[in-house]
Amino acid sequence: MDFGFLSQPAFSGGGTYFDWVLSGIKWTMLVSICAWVIAFTLGSVLGVLRTTKLWWLKGPATAYVELFRNVPLLVQMFIWYFVVPEIVPKTLGMWLKQGMPMPEFWSAVFALGFYTASRVAEQVRSGIQSIPVGQTHAALATGLTMPQVYRHLLLPMGYRIVIPPLTSEFLTIFKNSSVALTIGVLELTAQARTISEYTFRTFEIFTLATVVYVLITMAVTVLMQLVERRLRVPGFIGTGK
Amino acid sequence: MAMIEFKNVSKWYGSFQVLKDCTTKVEKGEVIVVCGPSGSGKSTLIKCVNGLEPFQQGELIVNGQSVGAKTTNLPQLRAKIGMVFQNFELFPHMSVTANLNLAQVKVLGRSPEESTEKSRALLQRVGLIDHARKFPGQLSGGQQQRVAIARALAMDPIAMLFDEPTSALDPEMINEVLDVMVELAQEGMTMMCVTHEMGFARKVAHRVIFMDQGEIVEDATKTDFFGTPRSERAQQFLSKILHH
Ligand SMILES: Nc1ncnc2c1ncn2[C@@H]1O[C@H](COP(=O)(O)OP(=O)(O)O)[C@@H](O)[C@H]1O
Ligand SMILES: [Mg+2]
Repeated sequence: MDFGFLSQPAFSGGGTYFDWVLSGIKWTMLVSICAWVIAFTLGSVLGVLRTTKLWWLKGPATAYVELFRNVPLLVQMFIWYFVVPEIVPKTLGMWLKQGMPMPEFWSAVFALGFYTASRVAEQVRSGIQSIPVGQTHAALATGLTMPQVYRHLLLPMGYRIVIPPLTSEFLTIFKNSSVALTIGVLELTAQARTISEYTFRTFEIFTLATVVYVLITMAVTVLMQLVERRLRVPGFIGTGK
Repeated sequence: MAMIEFKNVSKWYGSFQVLKDCTTKVEKGEVIVVCGPSGSGKSTLIKCVNGLEPFQQGELIVNGQSVGAKTTNLPQLRAKIGMVFQNFELFPHMSVTANLNLAQVKVLGRSPEESTEKSRALLQRVGLIDHARKFPGQLSGGQQQRVAIARALAMDPIAMLFDEPTSALDPEMINEVLDVMVELAQEGMTMMCVTHEMGFARKVAHRVIFMDQGEIVEDATKTDFFGTPRSERAQQFLSKILHH
């Protein structure tokens, strides 16, 4: 393997191929992190709504989860990029197509964020539902209202319980961000493909991309372990009796 | 006026009737022990008092308020009624002090300092002041249950409900919890206790209620109950639990 080509001037843009790799990493990170913000926020809200007893909150949340979880991500990406600008009111559609900066980027962020939200929602819901009902009874019995019970008991405990599966969703979002190349986001995988087309160093460049994905995965895992350690409850082993 | 008054309360789970026309009352300062076989509806009965379990028929008046009425502010009512559970149900992610402070701050609006002061006084009282900073998972069952009692007392309740507070405990820890309960009873706290600790009943109860299959089969003074329970079912039950 010879990685010398990385320092060669790139076909266009004035930098080296290594600059293309860095730019790919930057877009991979940006798409993933922005999408995660949406996924975590919206997913938490949906997950909480699914645990309430009010059908008019629970119903729409359940419908959302079933819809977004079951349509392939690639299809959702195309819908956000190609279909949404056509079906929204005309002026908004025009703006989406011509006025809005970086339409591919935002389409990718929304597609990935709204899709992953459905998966986060399921984790948050299962975390909350794994807390024994006696805990809620005890909290209510002290006079707390149901929103306060969520705020002070169900959410803090629920999130702790699902840190491992949430970590896995967070990792998946980095891997899934590569789907954004199909609508033209020049993230890491897209850059690797372009570089291989110009330099024929296919083996080297995809090895490099693989290493970068593995490093990102390791960094996220370490970060989440720190979070988990910080939130660990002394003496708490599980929700079982 | 009675502190707690059940008037023909009935409750169903689907077609299964779990409470059948229950009528009884608890006067201020009274200690009532509720016993009966497992599944007879004791927990359901006691959880109706603070509205944790809704019921479909009858009326239940607590401190002058109708629990089932739509206009009743349940959180406000619950804040005045302490409850202790079989499985302690402390909040595992909060320190002992934080467990006691939470509702004082969020429900009563006490300042954190005032709450902590109250919490520490109560922990002192149940003998756990040295464990104030620990987490529930670091305490024994008996200690956790005493913290749970202190958490309920921190709200200055006008009555206390206990649902089998000692049945999840190892035998050597039962007395440390019962001692706290006896003390409370002797201070004149209004108490409704689901328990099979007949020693406790003999010592401090004013009345004993015996339930079977959702019915209040017997509602007698302590002397009558332990002397000559009128129902055969209560006699059978007593002989079973007293002989082991
Ligand atoms: N959520 C529920 N759904 C259906 N049946 C229930 C539910 N909770 C309790 N029960 C039934 O109601 C009966 C009374 O339960 P409970 O009040 O817990 O009895 P006890 O405390 O005397 O053991 C039992 O037969 C139990 O199986
Ligand atoms: Mg019970």
